[in-house]
Amino acid sequence: MDELRELYQQLILDHNKSPRNFHVMDEPCESTEGYNPLCGDKLTLYVKIEDDVVADISFVGSGCAISKASASIMTEEIKGKPVDEAKVIFENFRDMITTGKVNKEELGKLEVLSGVYKFPSRVKCAILSWHTLKNILDNESGSVASTE
Amino acid sequence: MLDPNKIKSRFPIFSDSENTDLVFLDNASTTQKPDVVVEKLNDFYSRYNANVHRGIYRIGELATMEYESVRKKIAGFINAKSEKNIVFTKGTTESINLVAYSWARKNLSPGDEILVTEMEHHSNLVPWQLAAQQTGATLRYIPITEAGELDLSDLEKYLNSKTKLVAIVHQSNILGTINPVKKIIDLAHNVGAKVLIDGAQYITHASLNVDELDCDFYAFSGHKMMGPTGVGVLYAKQVLLEEMDPFLSGGDMILSVSMEKSTWNDIPYKFEAGTPNIAQVIGLGAAIQFIEDTGIDKIDEFITSLTKTAITKLQSVRGLRIYGHGPSSDSTSVISFNLADIHPHDVAQFLDMDNIAVRAGHHCTQPVMLKYNISSTVRASLYIYNTPQDIERLVGSLQKTINFMS
Repeated sequence: MDELRELYQQLILDHNKSPRNFHVMDEPCESTEGYNPLCGDKLTLYVKIEDDVVADISFVGSGCAISKASASIMTEEIKGKPVDEAKVIFENFRDMITTGKVNKEELGKLEVLSGVYKFPSRVKCAILSWHTLKNILDNESGSVASTE
Repeated sequence: MLDPNKIKSRFPIFSDSENTDLVFLDNASTTQKPDVVVEKLNDFYSRYNANVHRGIYRIGELATMEYESVRKKIAGFINAKSEKNIVFTKGTTESINLVAYSWARKNLSPGDEILVTEMEHHSNLVPWQLAAQQTGATLRYIPITEAGELDLSDLEKYLNSKTKLVAIVHQSNILGTINPVKKIIDLAHNVGAKVLIDGAQYITHASLNVDELDCDFYAFSGHKMMGPTGVGVLYAKQVLLEEMDPFLSGGDMILSVSMEKSTWNDIPYKFEAGTPNIAQVIGLGAAIQFIEDTGIDKIDEFITSLTKTAITKLQSVRGLRIYGHGPSSDSTSVISFNLADIHPHDVAQFLDMDNIAVRAGHHCTQPVMLKYNISSTVRASLYIYNTPQDIERLVGSLQKTINFMS
């Protein structure tokens, strides 16, 4: 049960129940879909970039607690960040999720997801929204990000 | 009635020191292997490993004899007229693809119709989508009802002179529903259509008589009935196998090869190119022997009774919704459900912490997910080594999950 408590921390359960920035965004913005063909989880991410800064970000979709909380916390952490910095956070987050290595200064609240690396089958849940974001930041909006 | 604890003791995996409290409820995906199957594989590799249909030497002949005796055993097990009706494949998916390539592409033309159901596993859907695209035929679907059964009220509308093939699942891998295939086969034959049955789930626990059913094709896998992975069967009527072209080509499926052309071996060898999965076929023979020694009717009776117990207990869990399994439905062994608004992946994670293996996802049946407007379910599927204690553990763990998550 201890490992589970580490995975499903209170903050994750909270973001799962009441996801932040959970709405469709009005135009003009970039939007793209993320899809995990293994479980059928889907999300649509909306990003408004102004002067190379993520001015606004939101999402809608269905997924497990890990995938929903990860997307929700991501929107909180990325909002207001310069695009270059957001890309660095993506790299740090991916490292943490796959190896458990935490760069505390860079990751902030995202550290709550550090327990996921112990559950290889859940890494894809946590990283789906991030791959979707990366597509937009790399100017590939419109294409579907996939965990496969 | 079977004693599941006694049966369980025959499965080495449950005696492994890390698995002593394993509750394995993912049997619709694959089943565990009894000691006789593990020993048979070991015996083949340690005593008479050799290729089949080739070696003029003692162990080559022994391997061939063992391999071919399984073909005969399967013919008897499903009451086929002859072992010539039995083609070994690597599983249900390959069996269906064999028909889609060797029969459908030759026999379908633009305007023809292939009839499937909304309940199909993707393996009995995607091959027909491709065959339809390539031949110009149209794919039509028999819908399912809210109760998780085929809606046969308009069957005449779907079955007509354009229908050339009906491809239906005998038992759903997500709802557990057993379909009235005999009725559909007879009606399909009345309009001149051929019928393929996907028997991957049904054959694992219930007796099958292909001669009486009169189906044209019947596909199933070995690993869902305690055999090794990598072996499956296509049963087909002899006249169809004879007129069909080969599927894969190469060694062992030819009679003669010249520089320009080849002539095909007799059925069923025409469809078994290359070195087959010899050990796996021989292992499947041991699995079928285990089923016959246990008694298929006893297996069916036990699983049906345990399914009823499981459904009653699951219904007592707050916020749990079971799909299908209505009071009048013919369904067994597979139970799909959702627990309040907790995502199935989260439920499966909690169950795994208690060493309970279930499946969470869309189960390769996205049309069914669409029907219920859900993205996934938790699926518990039962087999002969599951005990009433396994059901208690499942229910207890689900209760813990809902307490934690709400």
